[in-house]
Amino acid sequence: MSGTGIGASVRRTEDLRFVRGAGKYTDDMNLLGQTYAYILRSPHAHATINSIDTSAASQGDGVVAVFTAEDMAAIGGIPCGWQVHSKDGSPMHEPKHPVLAEGKVRHTGDPVAVVIAESRSQARDAAESIEVDYGVLPAVVDMNDAVTADSTSVHDDVGTNICYDWALGDPEVVDEAFSNAAHVASLDLVNNRLIPNAIEPRCAIGDFDQATGQYTLHTTSQNPHVIRLLMGAFVLGVPEHKLRVHAPDVGGGFGSKIFHYAEEIIVTWAAAQLNRPVKWTADRSESFISDAHGRDHVTKVELALDEDGKFLALRESTLANMGAYLSTFAPCIPTYLHGTLLAGQYATPVIYCEVKAVFTNTVPVDAYRGAGRPEATYLLERIVQVAADQLGMDPAEIRRRNFIQPDQFPYQTPVALVYDTGDYDASLSKALDSADYAGFAARKASSKAAGKLRGIGISSYIEACGIAPSNVVGSLGARAGLYEAATIRVNPTGSVSVLTGSHSHGQGHETTFAQVVSEKLGIDFDSIEIVHGDTDKIPFGMGTYGSRSIAVGGTAIVNALDKIIAKGKKIAAHLLEASEADIEFEDGQFVVPGTDKAKAFGEVALTAYVPHQYPLEELEPGLEETAFYDPKNFTFPAGTYVCEVEVDPETGVVDIASFHATDDFGTIINPMIVEGQVHGGLVQGIGQALLEAACYDDNGQLLSGSYMDYTMPRAADVPSFSVDTTVTECEHNPLGVKGCGEAGAIGSPPAVINAILNALAEVGVTELDMPATPHRVWQAIRSAQAS
Amino acid sequence: MTVAISMTINGQSVSADVDARTLLVDFLRVNQRLTGTHVGCDTSQCGACVVHVNGKSVKSCTMLAAQASDAEVTTIEGVANGGELHPMQAAFRDNHGLQCGFCTPGVIMSALDLVSVNSDPSEQEIREWLEGNLCRCTGYHNIVKSIQAGARAMREA
Amino acid sequence: MYAFDYKSPSSLSEAADMLQSSDDGVLLAGGHTLLPTMKQRLASASDLIDLGGVSELRGISVSGGQVTIGAMTTHAEVAASSEVANAIAALADLAGGIGDPQVRNAGTIGGSIANSDPSADYPAALVGLGATINTNSRSIAADDFFTGMFDTALDENEIITQVSFPIPDAAGYSKFPNPASRYAVVGVFVSRSSDGVRVAVTGAGPSVFRVAEMEAALADSFSAASVAGISVSDDDLNSDIHASAEYRAHLVTVMAKRAVQKAGG
Repeated sequence: MSGTGIGASVRRTEDLRFVRGAGKYTDDMNLLGQTYAYILRSPHAHATINSIDTSAASQGDGVVAVFTAEDMAAIGGIPCGWQVHSKDGSPMHEPKHPVLAEGKVRHTGDPVAVVIAESRSQARDAAESIEVDYGVLPAVVDMNDAVTADSTSVHDDVGTNICYDWALGDPEVVDEAFSNAAHVASLDLVNNRLIPNAIEPRCAIGDFDQATGQYTLHTTSQNPHVIRLLMGAFVLGVPEHKLRVHAPDVGGGFGSKIFHYAEEIIVTWAAAQLNRPVKWTADRSESFISDAHGRDHVTKVELALDEDGKFLALRESTLANMGAYLSTFAPCIPTYLHGTLLAGQYATPVIYCEVKAVFTNTVPVDAYRGAGRPEATYLLERIVQVAADQLGMDPAEIRRRNFIQPDQFPYQTPVALVYDTGDYDASLSKALDSADYAGFAARKASSKAAGKLRGIGISSYIEACGIAPSNVVGSLGARAGLYEAATIRVNPTGSVSVLTGSHSHGQGHETTFAQVVSEKLGIDFDSIEIVHGDTDKIPFGMGTYGSRSIAVGGTAIVNALDKIIAKGKKIAAHLLEASEADIEFEDGQFVVPGTDKAKAFGEVALTAYVPHQYPLEELEPGLEETAFYDPKNFTFPAGTYVCEVEVDPETGVVDIASFHATDDFGTIINPMIVEGQVHGGLVQGIGQALLEAACYDDNGQLLSGSYMDYTMPRAADVPSFSVDTTVTECEHNPLGVKGCGEAGAIGSPPAVINAILNALAEVGVTELDMPATPHRVWQAIRSAQAS
Repeated sequence: MTVAISMTINGQSVSADVDARTLLVDFLRVNQRLTGTHVGCDTSQCGACVVHVNGKSVKSCTMLAAQASDAEVTTIEGVANGGELHPMQAAFRDNHGLQCGFCTPGVIMSALDLVSVNSDPSEQEIREWLEGNLCRCTGYHNIVKSIQAGARAMREA
Repeated sequence: MYAFDYKSPSSLSEAADMLQSSDDGVLLAGGHTLLPTMKQRLASASDLIDLGGVSELRGISVSGGQVTIGAMTTHAEVAASSEVANAIAALADLAGGIGDPQVRNAGTIGGSIANSDPSADYPAALVGLGATINTNSRSIAADDFFTGMFDTALDENEIITQVSFPIPDAAGYSKFPNPASRYAVVGVFVSRSSDGVRVAVTGAGPSVFRVAEMEAALADSFSAASVAGISVSDDDLNSDIHASAEYRAHLVTVMAKRAVQKAGG
């Protein structure tokens, strides 16, 4: 390991601008002649639009244009990127998702009209004079109601609110295992709906060059090439070479900035209509009703066990909320990112999972940090705890008894995945040691003496990351490949530009990727530049989500580097008058081992661009290589989290007394950054467990529509963390990496809830849903005491 | 209504005629092109917009530019000494106290105000002080470490 | 925000004249409720009269058994004041727990009480200490000042100038914050003085209220145990996604106990 190579906690390159306030986020950009868009949104969850009168608004001060769906009739709806089939083989229902509402609004916040004016205030002033005649309809909010035969339909042309009815596994085999089981644990639970809340609100600026027909969209996106593909090919009908999508510094995403949103289309299309740039920036209250939400499952899960606590079978049935329309990745979240994870770390022989996706009059739901895997982990780690309690077993012991053993890898699960490597007992043991599991009883006693209830909870999670092998996801309904691309451009003087399709919005790619290059090429870290986020600069890319950047994007970089080194060897062989086969590349030098023949990387680079002494007949000049890498398998980060809580029974307040995380992410490039990713994920998971919930009333109004009512985790809500790792390397990528971005959010919620239920056991509480707010904990204690 | 305002921003005198309803944060970001101060919410909670007015940290999204007339305003752009980072900025980089960087300017401005009233804050005091700053990336762990390290460096400077 | 005219008076009388002569003038104190509400277009004003330049409205003084705080004094100034801390520590404690540091650097006592938010902290202190609100035309007892949710006894063109708090023998404030907004779900202020015991509750109901049964029990014996068995009815209490009326009623008792403990009882 060099000071800036793989394994070093290199301080981040990007911080040099961020700590000075010199980052360049989308809203920091202002274009000459720019106009401002204000989007009039539906105040109703479900209503017909009988008429829209924009005449007064069009006359407003500074108003440039007012558009409704009628004006956009020539362009397509917002496409969905994944098609899931029901268990009867029929394709999912895929109703049109119009850019601006066409005749009907389906959630509060549904865009109805757009006003474009010389200033934001003028646009908003004018929007108030738009008259919309709504015919309010009953809102479909609760999923259990939505799936009944007499429910109102969110989409009249679909006629049912069930988007698809999907299943994985053989129900008969599973039922058989249940009927022969010594024990069955059963649990009904809710995975609460969350609102991602990246602190940077979304922003989009459309621009159009009339002379060339070139469109540009500057946007807060995790994957600009995907947006270019979706908007260009499916919405506007603009070819790639006429559409640039630029995502500069992006202030957090957590999934919510993967998706293609109406506002991106509106500003790009309107810029061409008006021949002026159009800017839209969300207010936070607008983000709450226009950014895709996350989670929102209602689940029944059962676990069959033998007399010794060995798992025999798992059975799960879930209603998954899609919201009013299908967002970009929505259909795959509760299916292929959820059902396939139900083996967890365990050798459960048979599993059956069925998921009904449900349309409701709520904001669309899609991937949010973890996406499907937190939901799978939550139900699995909760039911394991229930089973342990039922059998009177130690929760660590029941896990150990059922872990897939190190000698069982590669391990084919009953739910379609093949785990490559892992050592689950190693991370469990390390986490228990770190948490002083053995000393818990003494700590519980001293809490009790102080009038507090103390509990400990374990969660052993697994995730499928490094998304994803294209042929696999293609067979499962993905409408795109999920490879990644990278170009290594060695400049004539030996500096290196890395053009990556991965996008960094907090992950620190500008540092981590440069470490990989520094290590592989043996060159100075400071001579490496990571370029991302611009379709005009980067050949191609699929972006950042699903903890894929290092495993897929990083591998593309390594493969491109290998091509550079291979070409460099040819050039060096010519310069050194040696055979190419005799050249080796080590520590930044092309050498002939056993001789003093050597050429530095920089010399070879210069020769490639000044090819005076060069095998021009056999080799092109220049030193630039591109690789597209399609992963052979998912990666499988896993670990164990141990949470200890103290509950004030008088108020129901839960205090996280300690939190210990042990993760196996395979090879770690930058430990400092990895720890930071875990910390952030943990707090999002703890936020889900204790604080956060999107609450709708029966009319489909979002009650938690601002930070006054949606509880974001604050610094004083969480402790400092103890974070550690174990390592089994991924076997199918050259770096041995697994990815670390989502683990914290996936593994932590069940650890917290298991801990709280452990604390509350002594007062008789056995059921508790997230978020475990003081109010809810107090109610649980009170009803347990009453019964 | 247009109002004439003048103030000192990062040591520079500035005068302008602005719409009375111009918020301080919009004056900084749009009129002055000081885009290091960010807007993350509309209910005065996220703290991405924190700047100093007459030495005290305030939320510039909840103050009219006119209210800051005649005041000394410091933004994140005024914190470093030319090319040299302020010790608090350096501490955030050294301790990985930021990820996406969007909340960071507000957090640093808030931290500097904390250190001005408490030169050696404990972890608990830092966490409580950060009530007005939301960060979605870091889980706060490294922000707390950064502020402790920054405060130490400022004491030793 | 809807458009308005901005006025910046430098004296109380100038401010009063401006308010009097405006169509729909609104006083701007710290602005931490008014400006967000105006940004959301839920409030508007013909004239916004900024009291920030009226220096006679600022400042803290202690004399004659009273702590007097100017209406434009910020929460941070009250929290950091050694004079306040020495005279009524619970008042400094309460001010130091309002909002967050940036809110406390801007928000003012006058602005807070004029708004009469049912979940604001200061109303509990004013009623819990039996304070007097002085305006540019009269003095109003705290018990008569808070008349309902976002409603006070202030006349249309009246300006709060200062609040006077009698110094009690003992006082304590305990707050259960809303996990999201950090306003009080329930806050209970308890004081004991030669005039008797006061127990004032904010957050729980439409406006701050006193709990006579607790006051009587504490007058008898000033200890947490005295209020532990006393509960308020949840009939008229607030209910929202964070706390039911029932939970609020329960918290009134718990917070009262803790406030008494803080007051040394």
